[in-house]
Amino acid sequence: MSFSVTEPSIRTKWFAGTAVVLYAVITILPLMWIIATGFKSPADSIAYPPKVVFEPTLEGYVNLFTQRTRLNQDDLDALPPPETWYDEMVREQGQVITGRSRYGERFMNSIFIGFGSTFLCMVLGTAAAYAFSRFRVPLKNDLLFFILSTRMMPPIAVAIPIFLMFRQLGLNDTHLGMILLYTAVNLSLSVWLLKGFIDEIPVEYEEAALIDGYTRFQAFYKVVLPQAATGIASTAIFCLIFAWNEYAFAVLLTSGTAQTAPPFIPTIIGVGGKDWPAVAAGATIFLVPVMVFTILLRKHLLRGITFGAVRK
Amino acid sequence: MIHTPMDKIAEATPEPMARKVRGLSDRAIAWIFVAPSIFLLLAVNIFPLIWTIRLSFTNYRVNRPNRDIDFVGLRNYERILTDSDTWMTMQATAHFLIWTIVLQVLIGFALAYLLNMKFKGNDMWTTIIVFPMMLSPAVVGNFWTFLYQPQIGLFNYVVTFFTGGDPSSFSMIGDVQLAPWAIVIVDTWMWTPFVMLICLAGLRSIPDSIYEAAECDRASKWRQFWTITIPMALPFLMLAVLFRGIENFKMFDLVVQLTGGGPGNTTTLTSIDLKREAFEKWRTGYSSAYAVILFVTVFGLASIYVKALNKVKER
Repeated sequence: MSFSVTEPSIRTKWFAGTAVVLYAVITILPLMWIIATGFKSPADSIAYPPKVVFEPTLEGYVNLFTQRTRLNQDDLDALPPPETWYDEMVREQGQVITGRSRYGERFMNSIFIGFGSTFLCMVLGTAAAYAFSRFRVPLKNDLLFFILSTRMMPPIAVAIPIFLMFRQLGLNDTHLGMILLYTAVNLSLSVWLLKGFIDEIPVEYEEAALIDGYTRFQAFYKVVLPQAATGIASTAIFCLIFAWNEYAFAVLLTSGTAQTAPPFIPTIIGVGGKDWPAVAAGATIFLVPVMVFTILLRKHLLRGITFGAVRK
Repeated sequence: MIHTPMDKIAEATPEPMARKVRGLSDRAIAWIFVAPSIFLLLAVNIFPLIWTIRLSFTNYRVNRPNRDIDFVGLRNYERILTDSDTWMTMQATAHFLIWTIVLQVLIGFALAYLLNMKFKGNDMWTTIIVFPMMLSPAVVGNFWTFLYQPQIGLFNYVVTFFTGGDPSSFSMIGDVQLAPWAIVIVDTWMWTPFVMLICLAGLRSIPDSIYEAAECDRASKWRQFWTITIPMALPFLMLAVLFRGIENFKMFDLVVQLTGGGPGNTTTLTSIDLKREAFEKWRTGYSSAYAVILFVTVFGLASIYVKALNKVKER
């Protein structure tokens, strides 16, 4: 490496590295604690001093997916022997499984609503972004600003009329209602991001296609879409993460059938008191996919979180 | 705008002919592509907004559908602006906004500055630091109540490990004095990486040649920092503040899970207050007026700020 006056010295680099690693360790600690708590027994989870070394158990996960009731020892002994390992685990706590918990259902709702709204958002967003990027749309800048400004409103303020409107239309607590709502909320992000990605594709490609006799539509889906694939994929992940994490609309507009996981996880309680390992297990299953996506997205992260205002 | 030979040919071709040759005209395609998005946004954003403004002049209550709806003029607005609770809420929001922004800018910029030294493995550490902000604030906020527990909570344990004292002697979310700081700490933990990423982009946009020139002029590192680094990264910093300001003005999920607005009203931010008025007390007309006031505040402050930002960029 050639010598450069602007290149920091080895000692400076070493200091910078240490400071950053220290911060990273502290900042990641609460997340590690969530994952660890999911594998603790209820007693270990509330031990003092907090336990770093513990015997891992799947109790939290079993409790997360089941509903249980406490029985006294005589009744437990009278039962037929447990059939499965999780039956046995619950029996050891002096409880029996009475059914399945709602977590699975809520998690599936999150997946269904998340993917549904992301798909719809990408279809609408790609089309709009292409038009804004390539054509002279009247009032273009006003429309683009309008699209962005919809993201500035506090969700609770928007929720009042949406609650009334959904009630009129029978969309309260339905999957369709939530999908439409999340699509609308995410449209601003996807139009702005995708416009940036499509702007970067040279117009010459399409012109060549048009000269070769393609129609605009063909040029759009045979030339532009494949070129924009990475951009579309990362935009889609951003929309998915938003819909996945959203809480305010979900807690106000859903209660039973269409409730997603974020409003549900905090309400998990065990038999007699808050069951933190079960909460942590639910949170872990819910959070880890997002961490994986974050790693996949790391190159486009900055663009995604700033609506394309900052490109690297 | 695109002015290519193709466009000129397209313009010169008579409309019916063009349709035969090219399928739909570009203008028709533009409309077909844009219209669905605009329609959805009108239906889910603008129509409700107009509805809110209309409701804000009435005494409507969702839970009493049979009562007559009276037009009450500006009474809702008058009541909100003269209510001392509203100003308490505004104060709590201001405390939260100012401190989260100050802390996140300081820590975020420092981290970006260090990461920009390009030591080995800095990309990996950046990704790790970014994790908290990608996660669900409601789920993570809920778990922080566990970390904040006196006696068994990890936070109290770590703090007293370094400071001495009894971990059960204080409760971050139960104490009137500490609760406003409890939410500032979690928000800072969660969103500092956001400021960091933007600052990092700002620092990387400064060309090395400027520093080389300064080095030739024998400017000290300190001088370089204040006359090159800060001014050139300033537009990025201001952008980060804009985003964090808007987001934290809207703040709901994280804080409602952490403290629920308590103890007392010490952490009742505007969104939490609005939620209570609208969905617990069901004062629909009143809360609509409240929502309108919040819109106007956000848009007003944001547009003033954007003007300032553009001025800085022009320099």
